[in-house]
Amino acid sequence: MNTAEQHSLRDPVIEVDGLVACYGSRKILDDVSFDVRSGEIMVIMGGSGSGKSTLLRHMLALNRAVSGSIRVFGLEMGGVSSRELHQLRQRMGVSFQNGALFNSLNVEDNVIFPLREHTVLDDNTMRIMARMKLEVVNMAGFEKLMPAQLSGGMAKRTALARAIVMDPKLLFFDEPSAGLDPVVSADLDELILRLRDAMDVSIVVVTHELDSAFRIADRILVLDKGKVLIIGTVDEVKNSDNERVQNLLNRRSEDVIVDPDEYMQRLTDELIGL
Amino acid sequence: MYPVEENGGYSVVHLTGEVDLNCSPEARKVILECLRRNTPLLIDLSAVTHIDSSGIASLVEGYQVSRTLKLDFGLVGVSERAMSVLRLARLDQVFPIFASIEERLKPDPSQDV
Ligand SMILES: Nc1ncnc2c1ncn2[C@@H]1O[C@H](COP(=O)(O)OP(=O)(O)O)[C@@H](O)[C@H]1O
Repeated sequence: MNTAEQHSLRDPVIEVDGLVACYGSRKILDDVSFDVRSGEIMVIMGGSGSGKSTLLRHMLALNRAVSGSIRVFGLEMGGVSSRELHQLRQRMGVSFQNGALFNSLNVEDNVIFPLREHTVLDDNTMRIMARMKLEVVNMAGFEKLMPAQLSGGMAKRTALARAIVMDPKLLFFDEPSAGLDPVVSADLDELILRLRDAMDVSIVVVTHELDSAFRIADRILVLDKGKVLIIGTVDEVKNSDNERVQNLLNRRSEDVIVDPDEYMQRLTDELIGL
Repeated sequence: MYPVEENGGYSVVHLTGEVDLNCSPEARKVILECLRRNTPLLIDLSAVTHIDSSGIASLVEGYQVSRTLKLDFGLVGVSERAMSVLRLARLDQVFPIFASIEERLKPDPSQDV
């Protein structure tokens, strides 16, 4: 049995069913359905503007759905109370592309921050927890550096340490390897895999980077203009004979696919009509 | 409250159940209280179903204090699951870890593999 098959036997951590999302009158996600199983790494891909970030925001209950449902740890995001959401967030770690570190706090205090927010642990305990996570991400010895002194890769690893400091059972990454050179990016992928195995955490990664997606994914979901184009294992996606999937796979990451309708809409949205 | 027994000159702290954000402050308190009595310490994890990093942090702090006081310290009954959590932060190479209390209390443990 491969890992994807093993995970398919496990409980879903996220269940998205018929999700429709809009900004104003514009439909951004259209009937999106999938689940993320316990311990699985699900990579969400798609061209720029395909709705990846919007989907992520819905899974984090930052946006409200127009219709359809999203359950996280069995909890319906549509009807969740702020208290439930607070508890839920303690079990989720988030590392956003621009989820910047606090510039006025050093590395260690950045990592401790969620513990101070959410727990009443002894200061010694919090400090040790933060240092352990800095060891995990190979940032030991850099505790006292300020964010401005860090390289891109170091900043990402610090943000990752902060995202996992509460031992989340669900971890979200937005573009983990954006702006990193290939070696650093491969290291980060290695780290993501190691975390999954040791912490038994489910991970949702949004990325443009094919190499990275193929290295870490158990399953890949490809969004195209707000719809699920394909969802499957790495091999299933690689071997898909869908033309749009192949376009996405063969495209160099710096290319941008222009969708004429969408482009025109962007240029002319909200113009006053005749 | 976690049970503590005296055995062969050691205090043995039996941690149980889930040692998580809610319970690790209690574990920490019990461990540090034992060390204040200046006895060598064994921490039995065999009845622990889950230990999170706040629990591990309490063990780290206990170990650090016992090193300062030059008191013997060891973990016993570490499950495979707990081991993988220790391994992630390379703490498996730091803590003295024994299969069981009996193994640690054998007359000459240094001869044992
Ligand atoms: N806050 C917003 N208000 C209005 N439109 C938005 C907003 N955020 C994103 N969009 C639009 O929604 C579409 C999907 O965006 P997004 O989810 O960011 O896609 P991706 O992450 O795949 O690039 C885009 O056309 C974008 O312009």
